[in-house]
Amino acid sequence: MRMLLGLIFPDAGQIFIDGTEFNNSRRHLLGKIGAIIERPDMYGYLTGWENLKMFATLSDKHIKHDRLHEVLEIVGLKGREHDKFKAYSQGMKQRLGIAIALVHKPDLLILDEPTNGLDPQGIAEMRGLIRSLSRDHGKTILISSHLLYEIEQVATSMIVLHKGRKVTEGKVNDLLNPDETLVDITMTGNAGPVIAGSQWAAGLVAQGDNSFTFKMNPAHIPALNRWLVGEGIDVAEIRSRHSLEAYFLSLTDDSITAHRAV
Amino acid sequence: MIQLLHIELFKIFKRPRTYISFGIVTAITFVIQLAMLTDGKGFVNFALSGVNEQFDIQGNILNGYLIAYIILQSLLIHIPLLVALVAGDALAGEANAGTLRLLLTKPIARYKLVLMKFTGAFIYTVLLIVWLAVVALFLSLLLFGKGDMINLKSEAFVMILQDDVMWRYALAFAFAVLAMTTIASMSLLLSAFADNSIGPIIATMGIVVVLTILSNLELPLFTIIKPYLFTTHMIAWKGFFDAPIPYYAIGRSALVLVIYTIGFLAATVWYFNKKDIKS
Repeated sequence: MRMLLGLIFPDAGQIFIDGTEFNNSRRHLLGKIGAIIERPDMYGYLTGWENLKMFATLSDKHIKHDRLHEVLEIVGLKGREHDKFKAYSQGMKQRLGIAIALVHKPDLLILDEPTNGLDPQGIAEMRGLIRSLSRDHGKTILISSHLLYEIEQVATSMIVLHKGRKVTEGKVNDLLNPDETLVDITMTGNAGPVIAGSQWAAGLVAQGDNSFTFKMNPAHIPALNRWLVGEGIDVAEIRSRHSLEAYFLSLTDDSITAHRAV
Repeated sequence: MIQLLHIELFKIFKRPRTYISFGIVTAITFVIQLAMLTDGKGFVNFALSGVNEQFDIQGNILNGYLIAYIILQSLLIHIPLLVALVAGDALAGEANAGTLRLLLTKPIARYKLVLMKFTGAFIYTVLLIVWLAVVALFLSLLLFGKGDMINLKSEAFVMILQDDVMWRYALAFAFAVLAMTTIASMSLLLSAFADNSIGPIIATMGIVVVLTILSNLELPLFTIIKPYLFTTHMIAWKGFFDAPIPYYAIGRSALVLVIYTIGFLAATVWYFNKKDIKS
């Protein structure tokens, strides 16, 4: 991500954005990109408005006050713009970061770990904002994250990197095989022998005292549930694990160390 | 570029810590003035004890011009620290706060950012020296009045008539701006190397202290390198209070400081242009 924005220099190779080589057109391309890298760090002693106005000026375009108000509205910071940045919550800081990334109407938004440090409500709000920026404002957004569940919910295409190399690339819907979804079921009673003698045993990948993990298509969960109940087994919980996570693990086949999903 | 500079100055002067320097200059100056108000006559008598045996000195010797000169000599080592507080923080402070990352994702050439930081530090330096002139010179004149200025040197003393002093101070303060700009450019270079501002500020002070000691040591080894140390030339402002004024020596010192300033700035641009921003 840093390399894409010219913050660090590649040892070899070239970067093309929208068909243009980055190093030869750095300023031109940066004018068309809005970005947050890691944390949205800004000047704590300035207000949100002062930070926004300052970075808007640096974007090399003449940006009117109306536009500043508009982006504050989009990210939901209207009314809090005159508070000092250091008084903002992590979620507000992240949203101001997106306002700064958006203010000069870029074609491409680059968000590096946009949900880092956010509480569950903040994560949900950020997810909604990202969806809205794509759907309502027509922005192309490049996100890097290790939170695969979040990526799965907002991304249309993805690239999986593992140990610095691209493992796969494509549309999320094409890449994720629903038959590979992991489904955890917790049940009471001695269900093991019953399951072992059934057609469902083929999909069983792990077994504990009362918990069983199946690799299966989530569409078959209701049928499995009905069958278990029919066999007199009480089902306490059914949980399907995110398929992107399972897919990632199947691709990398070791611990989650370094990866990026788009 | 004007917009960039406007932003830089906005950031510098919006930050409370910037005013600490002005407060320190005011406090030190006020303490010296207070001491001189209470016991100045004793100090002057002591300083002139050798001279009084041969000369009969009359008039207001303890005047604003003399007090200002004493203050300037006392602050010689402090002002570089105050300049380093801003210049040393210029790039390293941004790296430490993480704002350098965001700044460089904007369409600004890196060399422009360095020049903007340098110009911001320069303007801050000018304002600090102007403030020093206001509190050290004008306030001293207000408190102690005017008079002929005595410049006591180790081997002689120079008497400057009161109507002949002010322009010398103007030139001395202008020279001080140049000397402190050299410090600012060195501090900015150190700032480019670091990712937190404490290092460059301490390193600046360390270099100034060590080189000042070398500049003042009368040993043969150091005599050879002395002319090449910028600290040797930083005190050339004292020449404006000599008779006759050593214009050639002052001009040469100014040239050395300009060369150092340009060198430090060029090195900062070169290094920062290829620096990976990992902070």
